[in-house]
Amino acid sequence: MRNPQLNAKGELRHLLTIEGLPREILLQILDTAKSFLGVTEREVKKVPLLRGKSVFNLFFEPSTRTRTTFEIAAKRLSADVVNLAISTSSQTKGETLLDTVDNLSAMHADMFVVRHASSGAPFLIAGHVKPHVHVVNAGDGRHAHPTQGLLDAYTIRHYKQDFTRLSVAIVGDILHSRVARSLIHALTTLGTPDVRVIGPQTLLPTGVERLGVSVHHDMAAGLRDVDVIVMLRLQNERMRGPLLPSAGEFFKAYGLTPEKLALAKPDAIVMHPGPMNRGVEIDSSVADGAQAVILPQVTFGIAVRMAVMSILAGASA
Amino acid sequence: MKIHIKGGRLVDPRHGLDAPRDLFIAAGRIVGIGAAPDGFSANRVIDARGLVVAPGIVDLAARLREPGFEHKATLESEMRAAVAGGVTTLVVPPDTDPPLDEPGLVEMLKHRAKSLNLAHLHPLGALTARMEGERLAELAELRDAGCVAFSQANAPLPGTEVLWRALQYAATFGYGVWLQPQDPSLARGGVAHDGEVATRLGLGGIPSFAETIALATVLSLVRITGTRVHFCRLSTAEGVAMVRAAKREGLPVSADVAANHVHLSDIDIGWFDAHFHLVPPLRSIRDRDALRAGLADGTIDAICSDHTPVDEDAKLLPFAESEPGAVGLELLLPLTLKWAADAKVSLVDALARITSDPARVLRIGTGHLGAGQVADVCVFDPAAHVRVTPEWLRSQGKNTPFLGYELPGAVRYTLVAGHVVHEAPLA
Repeated sequence: MRNPQLNAKGELRHLLTIEGLPREILLQILDTAKSFLGVTEREVKKVPLLRGKSVFNLFFEPSTRTRTTFEIAAKRLSADVVNLAISTSSQTKGETLLDTVDNLSAMHADMFVVRHASSGAPFLIAGHVKPHVHVVNAGDGRHAHPTQGLLDAYTIRHYKQDFTRLSVAIVGDILHSRVARSLIHALTTLGTPDVRVIGPQTLLPTGVERLGVSVHHDMAAGLRDVDVIVMLRLQNERMRGPLLPSAGEFFKAYGLTPEKLALAKPDAIVMHPGPMNRGVEIDSSVADGAQAVILPQVTFGIAVRMAVMSILAGASA
Repeated sequence: MKIHIKGGRLVDPRHGLDAPRDLFIAAGRIVGIGAAPDGFSANRVIDARGLVVAPGIVDLAARLREPGFEHKATLESEMRAAVAGGVTTLVVPPDTDPPLDEPGLVEMLKHRAKSLNLAHLHPLGALTARMEGERLAELAELRDAGCVAFSQANAPLPGTEVLWRALQYAATFGYGVWLQPQDPSLARGGVAHDGEVATRLGLGGIPSFAETIALATVLSLVRITGTRVHFCRLSTAEGVAMVRAAKREGLPVSADVAANHVHLSDIDIGWFDAHFHLVPPLRSIRDRDALRAGLADGTIDAICSDHTPVDEDAKLLPFAESEPGAVGLELLLPLTLKWAADAKVSLVDALARITSDPARVLRIGTGHLGAGQVADVCVFDPAAHVRVTPEWLRSQGKNTPFLGYELPGAVRYTLVAGHVVHEAPLA
């Protein structure tokens, strides 16, 4: 089965997941992003690569942060941007996902940036749109958040250069995390030899080790001598119930404190996809500390999204 | 009407027969095997050279979607699909809208089926009122109306107390109960086998132990109540082992598997292909192989189509939101033949799983070609292949994981009670 993201020439047509993408394409995106980082620091923060193109931000799930960074990225590429927050209510009125896409396609969309609560929804859209239309997955269910995975990889590369000698720990709610899945695929594709996931059994998906990671339940053991720590957001609704008894108990075992951070390499960096729950998965002193690179992640995110959109549009710099 | 099916290879699993034999039919019944009865003169001779002459297929699960879901399929469209697939007897689950929990509905369905004069239809009655799992349905009334057994279809199993009482009550009158073993709380939110594939795709998982825990509960109750229980749609290796042990123990249980699950696994979901969204979920290759082994050794009595027509819109949705199910009436024979070829099972043993064995589960006397039997016959070309396309499928539903496949076995003639109800001879 051909990877539905690639065209017959093996070029990136849609970005739906990092899984199955060749290393060369990931590096192309990271290299392109690096060239765009300069643009974001210029006084005139625009390049004309997507001039005359329409990018539709199609968000079926609420999001401020991701939507905004996509919007900024598209505008810096000189695209016209339309933001659509589609509540599930318009879907309950009977319009199906593909009806919505057809309607917007008739408005001459060139690119859809899609966030949806159902895993796989962007694949359905990508299989449905006309050949010149591109789809970027901005997060689907628990499945994938490829631009987040790429910006995480960009951040790691920025601070640590070589992926092939790194130990990376991803901590927390892996079960529900599309961020974790995408980062795992990015890291294994880029040759990271030691990727660890750390969490209680209730927050680790079945067979996660088959993705090429080692599994740790003891955070101290899992953090020992790592170069990178990625803390995941714990959603409110998971903090009590059958998966976890309380936020407090989670923090005790899996919250990142200065003491636990000290187990990692002295120059380890701390990442978080945001938005953070201070005192639930991460202590404020760590989040604001010298090893945190959480805000640079956001800046890199814009450059990475510019890179993805420009490559998809066939206008790579 | 007197029919002479001439020159075919007669395969009759019930009698262990696989030999060249002519078949003679008169007044809707089989009147001669090998030799014509005295004075037989055929009105019609069917040339069966190169073809297999087998009992009509008995399918233990086919949703015809009436009443309530006529936009997905109708009794007529699906009965035509059935006979096109060589299926002459089919069991319909009670999950219509409203569900088959009232004698009037059952009588109407049977009457409508009868007037179509295609396949024989045997409804399953709802085990509980509205299939809600709380109150027993009027089982005796439903039985009198023509229900062969009682079921919750894919609706959740009732709570353990209701289940116990339902099994006790059914045992009192000697009724069979058909259950799809799946613990509802463990299956909640799940749409795929809880394993590596669901983890990769971020789909909600249904663990294998959702099946084994339900099986363990039902088996414990069968030991107490002695109820005849048929397990529908086994999906796990552990489940097959439990049914095997239960049969060895002498419990009055039987089991079936859906044809899709004999061939496919969760890997086939690929990139979220909703045609592979089934209930129970497609599981691992190890499970699939165990299902095949269970079929081969008789632990699993029957392969059924689990025919479920779904309209196109309901499949054009993200995987988890899509409606589960696949059509299969026209694929039951080809998929059984493919299993036989893959697993090196003889034709007579393979056909047993879709003729005599399901008939035994149903306790109906058909599913074989004995003298005096109602003449339900399927004549097919085992060497020809069918190409599965939306146009080829007669079912109103075009949803099957096997679209685009070439499968062995082309049905040429289907006879129900001595009438040719379908024919597709080579042009």
